[in-house]
Amino acid sequence: MSRIVVEGLGKRYRVGATQAPYGRLTESLWNAARGLLGGREKREADREFWALRDVSFSIPEGAAVGVIGRNGAGKSTLLKILSRITEPTTGRAELRGRVGSLLEVGTGFHPELTGRENVFLSGAILGMRRAEIARRFDEIVDFAGASQFLDTPVKRYSSGMKVRLGFAVAAFLEPEILLVDEVLAVGDAEFQKKSLGKMSELGGGGRTVLFVSHSMPSILRLCPQAILLDKGRVLATGASGEVVRRYLESDVGRTSQRVWTVDDAPGDVVARLRSVRVVARDGSPDEIDIRQPLDVEVTYWSSDPSGLRPSVNLHFYNDEGVCLFVTNDWSNRDWWTQPRRPGLVHATCRVPGNFLAEGRVTVTAAVSTYDPTVVHAVEWDAIAFQVVDRSEGDGVRGVYAADWPGVVRPMLEWDIAFEPTVRD
Amino acid sequence: MGQGRRLLGLEDLWEYRELLYFLTWRDLKVRYKQTAFGLAWAILQPLLLMLVFSVSIGRIAGLAPDGMAYPLFALSGLVPWTLFSQGVSGASDSLVGGESIITKVYFPRLIVPLAVVGSFLPDFVVGLLLLLIVLGVGGVTPSVTLLALPLAALALIVTTVGVGSFLAALNVRYRDVRYAVPFLLQLWLFGSPIVYASSVIGPSFRVVYAINPLAGPIELFRWSLLGGTPPSPSIAVSTAVSLAVLVVALSYFRRVERTLADVI
Repeated sequence: MSRIVVEGLGKRYRVGATQAPYGRLTESLWNAARGLLGGREKREADREFWALRDVSFSIPEGAAVGVIGRNGAGKSTLLKILSRITEPTTGRAELRGRVGSLLEVGTGFHPELTGRENVFLSGAILGMRRAEIARRFDEIVDFAGASQFLDTPVKRYSSGMKVRLGFAVAAFLEPEILLVDEVLAVGDAEFQKKSLGKMSELGGGGRTVLFVSHSMPSILRLCPQAILLDKGRVLATGASGEVVRRYLESDVGRTSQRVWTVDDAPGDVVARLRSVRVVARDGSPDEIDIRQPLDVEVTYWSSDPSGLRPSVNLHFYNDEGVCLFVTNDWSNRDWWTQPRRPGLVHATCRVPGNFLAEGRVTVTAAVSTYDPTVVHAVEWDAIAFQVVDRSEGDGVRGVYAADWPGVVRPMLEWDIAFEPTVRD
Repeated sequence: MGQGRRLLGLEDLWEYRELLYFLTWRDLKVRYKQTAFGLAWAILQPLLLMLVFSVSIGRIAGLAPDGMAYPLFALSGLVPWTLFSQGVSGASDSLVGGESIITKVYFPRLIVPLAVVGSFLPDFVVGLLLLLIVLGVGGVTPSVTLLALPLAALALIVTTVGVGSFLAALNVRYRDVRYAVPFLLQLWLFGSPIVYASSVIGPSFRVVYAINPLAGPIELFRWSLLGGTPPSPSIAVSTAVSLAVLVVALSYFRRVERTLADVI
């Protein structure tokens, strides 16, 4: 039996160049008056844009399906339509069963209310019955590790604590269909592991899960099936390993540099990305010789860093979505301890030659501040490049020509001690 | 069953009644956590208004019916007025203010303004008790007309919900509403038989007066407590208008609701 059936789904947004999404009363009255007088001309400033176009798929009961795609591919719009937050322009979406949607951690939390009160409030907003919340209350509090703070207003919680409590409420939802957006990318590492575990538990038991994420490892781990969206259309569906590969091989994997203008740059008032590029010290940036070092340059505007220390971090992934490693500019201790002023920051990460393995490497770039962790700007799969092994006996593989496994291929130092056999 | 009910999305509302309870409770709780006087405001607000009006226009002859002390008369109009004005101004801002949950999870959006109006009901009950005490002290004992009180309260709530939810939806489309509401309420206060008796109104204005959906509930409310001459048949018109406002408000609300998360 199909739990989710989507047919010809489309969502159109109007983007007025000069108009706010909500109107002014006078403007409307003026238009109405013109309409009455027979003037029918449309306002030329209106541009239309289809966030989703002709999307069809169905998901059987008990399946866990990942939805992937670039920023702006329509993932969030799809999730919003499925969870009934907004209505589609064309087509229909049918969900058979009780739906729980998790688009945010701590939905409905009110800062003035205590932890205890917020558990009930958020649970009710997410669709739990009061009796259900009461029954699971101890488990929720236990999962969040929040028992000492239950009667403290949430506004006095640390951000990590708030996230933990919010996720705990959501984790005990028991819908037949669960729609999840990226909520796992929160909290400290230990809690992330815990919530991932809880999520895979949720996937069991006949529950149907639709999971939107930028994190290929989470998709691969949680969802046997995946849907790839691109510019509002379905580009591929099928086994998630295959779909993830398609995604990483698509145009995502072709740009070795990204540059933004002030208007479309990802980020907030603390940090806004200006560019991310890979620079090969020798040869084309799209194809990098495995023996050559390369630089990943990140430039960002830092307009209001008062009291904060924005820091660039890079996540490197291979084409199976495995995170190869993460690096952070705080490795430069001089910079890390410097007080920050507004300006343009150029941060260059140097990756040695004879270190990466062959294949396509995708890099996610982010600018964050820590304690509490706040991600100010992030571009998932910002750039990608191909590493090719053309070594001729001078690389890691030496003269060995067959398959060389491993997610990295570092050339390491070896110490060799030799003791000649003594013959008497 | 009918198409009408589906159009207004009312069966969904029943499904989500627990959420309505929680949001009402939240609005109430948050409001009183932030104030120093808490529930005392429920008494202070109508009482202060009563003082202001008694001192300012209370001496004018004929505002209250003969033999009725003006302060008592005014208070019996100001208690229901307080529910209406608080409910309407709170509700009209509620959708825009509830953006963070509206864009994150589905539930019938009507719950948001309903919860705001609901959260003022305890204040209304406290105000009503105050009124009964003041009337008792002033020597007015309720008669059998008190039986009409629940009906009056219901009519008042219907009007408040109708006007409040209509303005809430309108506020999403046109943010001008926020600025217009205080002004609108001021006009409404003086355009309704709250601080003066409707007998003050000349016959030529009676028709216009009857279509005020607040006039009927207030007159009924006051009659149920103070007795005296039964309200004129024009309150039937007012009540019908009030029901019409509710239906129009709900269907307009339903229309705005469809694209709410996109424009909010």
